[in-house]
Amino acid sequence: MTAITHHAPDALLAAYAAGNLPQPFGLALAAHISLCLECRAAYEAHLVSGGAVLETSEAEVVSEGLKSNVLDLLDTPAVEEKAYQRSGVYPGPVVEALKGKPPRWKSLGMGVRQSILSDGREGSVRLLYIPSGRAVPDHSHNGLELTLVLQGSFSDETGRFGVGDLEVADQSLEHTPIADEGPPCICLAATDAPLRFNSFVPRLLQPLFRI
Amino acid sequence: MKQPPSQISSLTTYMLAVRDDRDRTAFALLFDHFAPRLKGFIMRSGTGGGQAEEIVQEVMLTIWRKAEQFDPERAQVSAWVYQIARNRQIDVIRKENRPLPEELGEDPGSEPDASQILAVEQEAGQLKDALLKLKPDQRDMIEKAYLGELTHQEISSQTGLPLGTIKSRIRLGLEKLRYELKELR
Repeated sequence: MTAITHHAPDALLAAYAAGNLPQPFGLALAAHISLCLECRAAYEAHLVSGGAVLETSEAEVVSEGLKSNVLDLLDTPAVEEKAYQRSGVYPGPVVEALKGKPPRWKSLGMGVRQSILSDGREGSVRLLYIPSGRAVPDHSHNGLELTLVLQGSFSDETGRFGVGDLEVADQSLEHTPIADEGPPCICLAATDAPLRFNSFVPRLLQPLFRI
Repeated sequence: MKQPPSQISSLTTYMLAVRDDRDRTAFALLFDHFAPRLKGFIMRSGTGGGQAEEIVQEVMLTIWRKAEQFDPERAQVSAWVYQIARNRQIDVIRKENRPLPEELGEDPGSEPDASQILAVEQEAGQLKDALLKLKPDQRDMIEKAYLGELTHQEISSQTGLPLGTIKSRIRLGLEKLRYELKELR
């Protein structure tokens, strides 16, 4: 594996640490941090800042019974949360979004496939599968798009993105990512707005495939 | 409770006693420290007193149940509690689980490194001091950011965050993570 060279910007990490990112971006950050030590260290540093805010918060007196309530509950077994492990190229948070199942790929033509993980008011997040030499149709963005490479690599006007790299694109970027030589490129793509394709045919397909 | 190694803060000592010995006295002391602060912290984002106490209860129980995830060589107690508190708040407000990174594998059977724990505490202490020394409007901005009241666009347009301290904390954390990964291989 080559070293990760494209990292999460600090403001995204801070907002993620504070829990204030839309869910699709939260998933992209959780997956990137799972793969990237540098961003994990930065994320943990933001938690320390959050801890300092907690420490300096004005204390509020708690009700008399709260402490004994909590102490009484210590022996009550907690509902076990299922912990999802990394599976193949998919980091734990992505496996969780897939509910532990393999992705359900839908063809977008030309060998390109997608698997939608969630699509809602806060935006959408999907897995993309792009064979070597194929392009993700040229698109511009209404909002912000985060793309995390999980397998293979792609290159576009801004550089080359390998496993673990996170591309941050906003509406000012018109780019055409093309999968490099080698294994098919699999990436996680999160947006806070529906994607809008520039070429005619994919735009027709847009409602069909919920792109 | 075991005798605390020299200079390691009492909060870390209590937390380690909870983690390693399931020490209820130590847990009660953590409750005394954190419950009122957590309640104040949670109420600042507009949550009423009753619901805030429900969240405080959940957070304190999570501290007890997930104690084995506490690693004083990486996280200082209040940073770890902060993360749990924000997770609980978001789960309650949004009714959905917030995506979290994978947990790192445990460093198998190594003795706690007191100097690393102290370094983590020292960095956190410096960060807290830096926060207290900020001008009121700057401090207000930082607090808003970590209370989850600013979007990432709003955060990126802010200047004057005590980034120097955060950066040195990042270097320290990264060294530790690289070391752990090497041990696991």
